[in-house]
Amino acid sequence: MIWEGLLARLSPEVSRSVLRASVAALLLAALIVLGSRNLAHFDAALVGYTFATLFATFAITYRYSMWLQRPPTALYWRRGWQVFFSRDRMLRNLGAWIKRLVGVFALNNFIFRRSRPRWAAHWLIMWGCLAAVAITFPLVFGWIHFETPPGDFERYTVFVFGFPTFAFRIGSVLGMVIFHGLVWSSFLVIAGVMIAMRRRMRDRGAEAVQQFGEDFLPLILLFAVSITGLMLTASYTWMKGYAYDFLAILHAGCVIFTLLWLPFGKFFHIFQRPAQLGVAFYKDAGLSGEQAICAHCDRPFASKMHVEDLIRVEQDLGYSYQMPDHPAGHYQRICPRCRRVGMALAQGRLWQIGRGREPTERPGLVDVAAYIDVPLATAEPTP
Amino acid sequence: MSVPSNLNFYIDPSRCIGCQACVQACTECETHKGHSMIHLETVDRAHSTQTIPVVCMHCDSPTCAEVCPADAIKRTPDGVVQSARKPRCIACNNCVLACPFGVPKMQVEFDLMMKCDMCYDRSSVGLKPMCASVCPSQALFFGTHEELEAARPQSAPIDRFKFGEQTITTKVKMMAPRRAYPEHLDVTAALDPLPPPRTLSLGVLNGAR
Repeated sequence: MIWEGLLARLSPEVSRSVLRASVAALLLAALIVLGSRNLAHFDAALVGYTFATLFATFAITYRYSMWLQRPPTALYWRRGWQVFFSRDRMLRNLGAWIKRLVGVFALNNFIFRRSRPRWAAHWLIMWGCLAAVAITFPLVFGWIHFETPPGDFERYTVFVFGFPTFAFRIGSVLGMVIFHGLVWSSFLVIAGVMIAMRRRMRDRGAEAVQQFGEDFLPLILLFAVSITGLMLTASYTWMKGYAYDFLAILHAGCVIFTLLWLPFGKFFHIFQRPAQLGVAFYKDAGLSGEQAICAHCDRPFASKMHVEDLIRVEQDLGYSYQMPDHPAGHYQRICPRCRRVGMALAQGRLWQIGRGREPTERPGLVDVAAYIDVPLATAEPTP
Repeated sequence: MSVPSNLNFYIDPSRCIGCQACVQACTECETHKGHSMIHLETVDRAHSTQTIPVVCMHCDSPTCAEVCPADAIKRTPDGVVQSARKPRCIACNNCVLACPFGVPKMQVEFDLMMKCDMCYDRSSVGLKPMCASVCPSQALFFGTHEELEAARPQSAPIDRFKFGEQTITTKVKMMAPRRAYPEHLDVTAALDPLPPPRTLSLGVLNGAR
C-alpha cells in the first residue's frame, strides 16, 4: 500500500523507471538464490559485493529507463528495433550485426581511427574490465564454484549454476590461467589507465574540458581496484599473507565504490553505447529509402524518414520550427547548407534596409542598377 | 576554467572576404586538432564573391543537445556548447540535421560529431579563438563590447534569431545595422522568394565568338 501510494505521487516516467529497476534488482536477487543453489555455494564474505551489485543494477536500470523515455532516445529505440526486424532486411541486418559487433565492439575500430593511444587505452581497459566482470560476478553470486572430485585432490571440477562442467589439473597451465584470471585483467586495465592518464595530463585540448568526476575519477577507481587486487595476490603468494585482511577490506572498498559509481558517471556509457548499433541500422534503412529534398535548393540532404522523425522529436521537445507561410512548412526541411546561407542573406537584407535600399533576394550580389542611375523600365532582365 | 564574461564573440558575414584563414587556423585548435570546424560558404558562386564564415552560435537552449539521444552534447556554465562527448556520441546525425544554424559536422570515419567549441582551450583562458585571431577583416571578432562599439559605431550586436515560429537566443552575436536594428533576425524570412533583383545587361559580350 505504501509502495503504491509512493508510486502514485511520482511522475509516470519516474514510477515506470522505479518499477523496472525494482524488477531488474529482484530478478538478479532471484538468480543469485537459484544459481547458488539456495545460497549453498554463496560466500557470505562477499555479501558486500552482492549488495553493491544489486544497488548498481537498480540504479543502472532506473537511469537507463529514464534515458529511454527522452523523446529522441525513445524514437531511436523504437525505430532501431523496427528497422532491424523488418522482414525485407532481417537477414542482411543479421550479417551486418555480426560484422559490427566484431568491428565496433570487439576491436573498437572507430576509436582506432580517432587516435592510436586512445584506442590502446580503451581497448585494454575494456577487455580487462570485461574479463574481470566475467570472472568476478559469477563467483560472487555463487553461480560458479569449484569442487575436488572424490579421491582426487589434484583436480578441480567447475560447477556452473550447480551443474558440473569440465575439470582441470590444479597445477596445469589452464589452472594457472583460470586462477590468475583477475591478475591478467589487472595488467590490461593498469596499462590502459596509464595510457589514458598520460593523455589527460599532457593533452591541452583534453585539459580544457576534462572534469575530475567525469574523467579522472573513473581512471583512479579502475587503477585502485586493479592495484589492490594485485596486492592481495602478492600478499598470499610471496609475503605469507602479510596484511591480507587489511588489503581485502581495502580492495572490497574500492570495488564497492566503483559498483556504486557505475550508474552515475562515465561508466554509464557502457550501457548506452550499444545504441550505436541501432543507429547504424536506422542509417542503413535511411540510405536505401526515400531522400528528403531541401525545400530551398532542391537537393537531397538526408533520409526522409530521419527528417520527418526529427520534426516529431522537436515538437515533443517543445520547439516550434514550423513555417506556416513557407512552402517547406517546417524549418527541418531546409538543408544545413541553406540554413548557413540563410543567416548571411538575412543579415544582408538587414543592411540593405539599414542603408535605405530595397531588400533583394541575393543581397550580396552587386546590384548594378542601384549604382547606375538608369530607370528600372529600361533595364533588361538577365536571360 | 571558463570564458571570461566580459569577452564575447561577434560575427559579421558581410565583412568576410573569403580568405580561408579562419578555416586553416581552426585546425590548429587543441580541442579539435587537425579538423576545421568552420563552414566557409558561398552564396551564389557563379554570380557573387560573397562568402560566409559559420561558427557555432552557442544557443542558450541548444537544439542539438536537446535532440541528442545519447546526452552527448553539454553546455558549460559559461554558455559554450561543447563538442559531443566521445564516449557517448553514437553518430546518429540528429544534431547535424537539427541545428538551426547548420553548424555540427559528422566525422563519419570516427563515428563522432564534432563542432565549433569556441576553441575552448584558448577562450577559457581569455585568448581569442583561432579563427578570430587570424581574421583580417574582423568578420569574426572576439573581444569586449567596448572594443566593438569603438570599432563599429554603425553596428550593434544582435543575439536573437527567428526560424519559423521559433526564436533562439545565442551567446555569439551577429552585427546588425543600428539604423534598422530589429527585435530579432528573421532567418527564414530571408529564404522567402523576393522579386528578382534589378539587373542591367551591359552588352559587353554581345556578338562575342
